[in-house]
Amino acid sequence: MGFSSIAELQAALRAENYIAERGLTTALFLALKLGRPLFLEGEAGVGKTEIAKVLARLLDAELIRLQCYEGLDVHHAVYEWNYTRQLLHLRLLEARGDRPTEAELFGPEFLLKRPLLQALENTRPRPPILLIDELDRSDDEFEAFLLEVLSDFQITIPEIGTLKAERPPVVLITSNRTREIHDALKRRCLYYWIDYPDFEKELEIIHNKVPAAPAQLARQVTGFIQALRQQDLYKLPGVAETLDWTAALVALDQTALAVDVVDETLGVILKYQDDVAKIKGAAAQALLARIAAQPEP
Amino acid sequence: MAGQLLRNLLLFGRLLRGLGLDVNPGRLLDVFHALPHVEIGHRSDFYHTLRSLLVHRREDQPLFDQAFALFWRAPRERWEVRLAGLAPKPRRRPLLVPPPLRAPPAADPDAQSPDSGQPPAAEVTVTYSAAEVLRRKDFAEMTAEELAAIQRAIAQRLWQLGQRRTRRRRPGRGPWPDLRRTVRRSLRHGGELLTWARREPKRKPRPLVVIADVSGSMERYARLLLHFIYSVTFGLDQPVESFVFGTRLTRITRAMAHRSVDRALRAVSQTVEDWAGGTRIGDCLKSFNFDWSRRVLGRGAVVLLISDGWDRGDPELLGREMARLRRNCHRLIWLNPLLGAPEYEPLTRGMQAALPHVDDFLPVHNLASLEDLAARLQALPNR
Repeated sequence: MGFSSIAELQAALRAENYIAERGLTTALFLALKLGRPLFLEGEAGVGKTEIAKVLARLLDAELIRLQCYEGLDVHHAVYEWNYTRQLLHLRLLEARGDRPTEAELFGPEFLLKRPLLQALENTRPRPPILLIDELDRSDDEFEAFLLEVLSDFQITIPEIGTLKAERPPVVLITSNRTREIHDALKRRCLYYWIDYPDFEKELEIIHNKVPAAPAQLARQVTGFIQALRQQDLYKLPGVAETLDWTAALVALDQTALAVDVVDETLGVILKYQDDVAKIKGAAAQALLARIAAQPEP
Repeated sequence: MAGQLLRNLLLFGRLLRGLGLDVNPGRLLDVFHALPHVEIGHRSDFYHTLRSLLVHRREDQPLFDQAFALFWRAPRERWEVRLAGLAPKPRRRPLLVPPPLRAPPAADPDAQSPDSGQPPAAEVTVTYSAAEVLRRKDFAEMTAEELAAIQRAIAQRLWQLGQRRTRRRRPGRGPWPDLRRTVRRSLRHGGELLTWARREPKRKPRPLVVIADVSGSMERYARLLLHFIYSVTFGLDQPVESFVFGTRLTRITRAMAHRSVDRALRAVSQTVEDWAGGTRIGDCLKSFNFDWSRRVLGRGAVVLLISDGWDRGDPELLGREMARLRRNCHRLIWLNPLLGAPEYEPLTRGMQAALPHVDDFLPVHNLASLEDLAARLQALPNR
């Protein structure tokens, strides 16, 4: 596919406002070159899903997303028959006095294609990007099924036959690690753990994503969030929270962080009451004092 | 050139395997195919290529990093020497198997079983009444032979846990229509819809998490508790997560996965660093809540917390973390070996702080209490 070197891919991602570190770019580059799925793990809100969207734009490919949830099964992930149409068809035949045949009732026109089946179809000019989001939310049965699909990129529908992707889709799998994914599946993939970004990277992300943010505010927000991640909190804020918070502060016409505004908007970055209670007031003030003490660039 | 690289890769793979990483020849071949795509001269690209293909668990990354730094930089003689220090700890550490629960009977005149009046034989033959006495006897007062008998009894026990309703459905008598089968059936009757097929929720056993105290005050029970954990790990259909703590929390799930109980217990004793020390329940629960609860408490887990409640930590912290633990699991069961003594009352400050957040507070001091526990686990409501 389009990119001849890691540096080129990294620059292309940056042009799409996605700041990726070298390691992530390498993994992604190899996933494209080797045709292997890329398995991304990391805390919530570090940009795992975002990268699939960016990649789809870059490659001008269709993005097919399968959001996982508990109880996700073949009928929602691969295909389902359109029962309403089948029933209507039955009535119609009945009115005409005909008897239905199986081949008629389970033909392609009654087939509803779900994401995995769509991703294997050979109708597109380029292979699509298949995003299997939050795989940890699904259950082991689905994981086992997915392993099968990913190993040969083909699906069998008993009534119709086997469908095989001539050119397999680019597969990205994400997990928030609320459950360990079985090693067998991870072994098929390239693996990358996305960490929280460092100060410089996070600041750059803010500049890219919330260009309206004043420079001083952006620096302070980044410093505050970075300091917050050193605290003993139940749930640390991700990059998504940083961006939400910056946007909220811009909407409130803030040009710099002030302790009262921080207290009022803590709910944007901290999602557990214990954490909010812990940081509100004195702790927030101490953090602000600490980032104020840091030297300007 | 390529031959040399392949040879080095294979060596590196062997090194990683020796360090306990899950690396097989197939993966190394992947690396070999991947390398032409990257500039090998670019050290960080080379590193990330190897890492993204050879590591698939976050906890393996630090080990990989060290191995990589040593292998691909230093001359060979140096890394071999230095890696000796990196090798898995267990080989180099003395085996710290938890001490036997009680000195052999010969050393202690009171230790003879009161019912027999005879010196215990090497093999305890358990008649009905003797079995009954044994069932009720406190683990802490047992002789080594009796303990062995108990361990066998625990090992044979079949465990079952209440079920939960999953979000999956299967054909059955539930309220949801099964259109797929309805349409299929109608074909048999020439397209006539005679009956509606229905679906019901699928049920699955709940996950179990065991958190056991192995500090000094629990020493007498520690070994049996490990046998107990081993027994539930293999006796239940679903995966069991297990942790032990004293002053710090250690996950022993992987160690418990050995097929033989002795090897499992040895592995546990090598993993755990604070046998028979102090107790800080609150801190340990906090590290469980922060580091593990989101990963192991999904899907309506049942938590067994085994401790005598002697705590040197902050009771307020303990109360807070117990409350958090309770909110995140389906049922929180505290097993306390002291509860078997008739005069015991949970008056310690730690117990007082923890009790309001416990669903069941049960004794675990003899076989009868374990059987009672098994019955209760099985009877957990199927919601």
